[in-house]
Amino acid sequence: MIEFVIPLADWVNVIFEVISFHISPVMRSLSAFLEVIIRQFEAALLWPPEAVVMILIGLIVWRLAGTRLAIFAVLGLLTTFGMQVWDETMATIALALSGTAVSLLFGVPLGILAAQNDTAEKIIRPILDFMQTLPSFVYLIPAVMFFGMGKVAALVATMIFAMPPAVRLTNLGIREVSREMVEAARAFGSSRWQTLTDVQLPLALPTIMAGINQCIMMSLAMTVIASMIGAGGLGLVVLQSMQMLDIGMGTVGGLGIVILAIILDRMTESIAKKQEASKKIN
Amino acid sequence: MNIIEVHNLTKVFGKHHEKALELLNKGFTKNQILEETGQTIAVNDVSFSVEAGESFVVMGLSGSGKSTLIRCLNRLIEPTSGSIVINGNDVTKMVQTELQDLRRKKISMVFQSFAVFPHKTVLENAAYGLKIQGLSVAEREKKAYEALELVGLKGWEASYPAQLSGGMQQRVGLARALATEPEILLMDEAFSALDPLIRKEMQNELLELQNKMNRTIVFITHDLDEALKLGDRIALMKDGDIVQIGTPEEILMSPATRYVEKFVEDVDRSRVLTAEMVMKKPTVVVMLPKDGPRVALRSMEENGISSVFAVDKERHLHGLVMAEDALQAVENNQKDLEKILQHDISTVLPDTPLKDIFALLSGKSAPLAVVNEDKKLLGVIVRGSVMAKLAEGGTFND
Repeated sequence: MIEFVIPLADWVNVIFEVISFHISPVMRSLSAFLEVIIRQFEAALLWPPEAVVMILIGLIVWRLAGTRLAIFAVLGLLTTFGMQVWDETMATIALALSGTAVSLLFGVPLGILAAQNDTAEKIIRPILDFMQTLPSFVYLIPAVMFFGMGKVAALVATMIFAMPPAVRLTNLGIREVSREMVEAARAFGSSRWQTLTDVQLPLALPTIMAGINQCIMMSLAMTVIASMIGAGGLGLVVLQSMQMLDIGMGTVGGLGIVILAIILDRMTESIAKKQEASKKIN
Repeated sequence: MNIIEVHNLTKVFGKHHEKALELLNKGFTKNQILEETGQTIAVNDVSFSVEAGESFVVMGLSGSGKSTLIRCLNRLIEPTSGSIVINGNDVTKMVQTELQDLRRKKISMVFQSFAVFPHKTVLENAAYGLKIQGLSVAEREKKAYEALELVGLKGWEASYPAQLSGGMQQRVGLARALATEPEILLMDEAFSALDPLIRKEMQNELLELQNKMNRTIVFITHDLDEALKLGDRIALMKDGDIVQIGTPEEILMSPATRYVEKFVEDVDRSRVLTAEMVMKKPTVVVMLPKDGPRVALRSMEENGISSVFAVDKERHLHGLVMAEDALQAVENNQKDLEKILQHDISTVLPDTPLKDIFALLSGKSAPLAVVNEDKKLLGVIVRGSVMAKLAEGGTFND
């Protein structure tokens, strides 16, 4: 009898061992960089008194999305404070926002590249498919292998999960800009860079904003899963309550995440809407 | 002087243009080549030249390759073979930076779909080309204001294009193209998307602007009336070939092929119209012997014309006074108008058909005098007004 076996698992393990040995200096500097980002976010949110943070967030939301959402945001944060998960909530916001920031930092340029270059798009597209369909638990393991347990590994996992929509929608948004607009820009002697910054990106902004919105929501969703590799925050509250079958605690964690999700979603949505409105009517 | 010279320009759409070119040289037709190789010949071995200050109209139905042709001129579309020489420089050989420089300073373009930027104000749109040139904000806004005033959009600077009507949006497009003060203006079916009334208005304004600025204009259209009205010369395209190039009169009076003939059939009002129907009443004349050169000069200045007919009390035509002659006479303190009169002027009878008038008009800037059998001046015919009236096709009674 012929035995047909593809030892993929073994291969991958070997490859990872080699990679992690050779590129560990790179990984370490990347890790340090990511660590700085997330620490800064956390420090900014946890260092001032809770009331100050609440008022500041309320003001930011009010400025960007109006009075109603601002009231909701302050009340929601007050609820998390009351439920005694303030620190966890702040940690989750920090992780979600730094995940978004890093995703956009890499995702938007990649999306621009894909929009400018068909070959780049052909290469990037299957990688994005891979990143999005791969069960998220699978890349928690390599993330831990490269970066160790903790917030950095969580951030990397978040990035893998949340980056694809940023890349895709940036690419789509730029490609959707009508041919006439690009032609007009070129006819007046614009360089590619000028066309991109002055015409394509501004016109693609509503679509890119939708990408940013998705990116934020997916980062937030990932914070729960990433709590298994040391992300902390509200995800950890949910995870622990699951392990201890503590329905009450689970509800607290879950509610906290929902509150954050509503605030972040409505806020980015209203920014996108405002932009579109200002474009049409002054 | 020729500002644009196009030699043997060919554009093939598709990946294997060498093969298509080879077959084309062997004399295959476009359809055969399309079947054989899947390559589309959009522009086929086209040559023409445009003089500085000329309005050159390329006319053809959709699919005739006219839009491709105009885009080859500033290389928005890469020509497959042939050369395009603008101001002595071959555009087809330019590297990217030279090409950008050409587009920034020498050639600008107006589009059928307006293509104004929706995220920019009217002012920012008009200033776009100047921004790309690298001008300071103050400088480019100053020039953009001027350009907007020129096209009649003063007061709309802070609006967004979505707030404007189609005609006004195209004015923004025109202002954007004029703001850089280009030598050449490419207009790709610029007025085709506008409704007929607005279109006519824009055509008139373009003619007026052209009088003031005297730029070289390459205008694409599928509308013969528009071509006749705007063009100093017209190139008629069919299936990627130029079938005839000529003045509006030549196109109308001696069509080169059956195709052109069919094309101009509808507009062939020239055979039914007579001099009487297109002439203007001679309101501006100088009276002999009472008026002198000084009076003649002033009346020409007041009416913005370069020559004026001289008649006696019974309105009998005596001759034509040219502005330069009158000026000289005034400078030399010569009082007698009779001495500077030109007598060899073309005159026609009121019932002369328009097609005979064309022959007399073409190539001359002097007006025609319409006289009766007694040499009494009845009317004046100016070349521009004939073409305009012919193009309008409406009532011919002034």
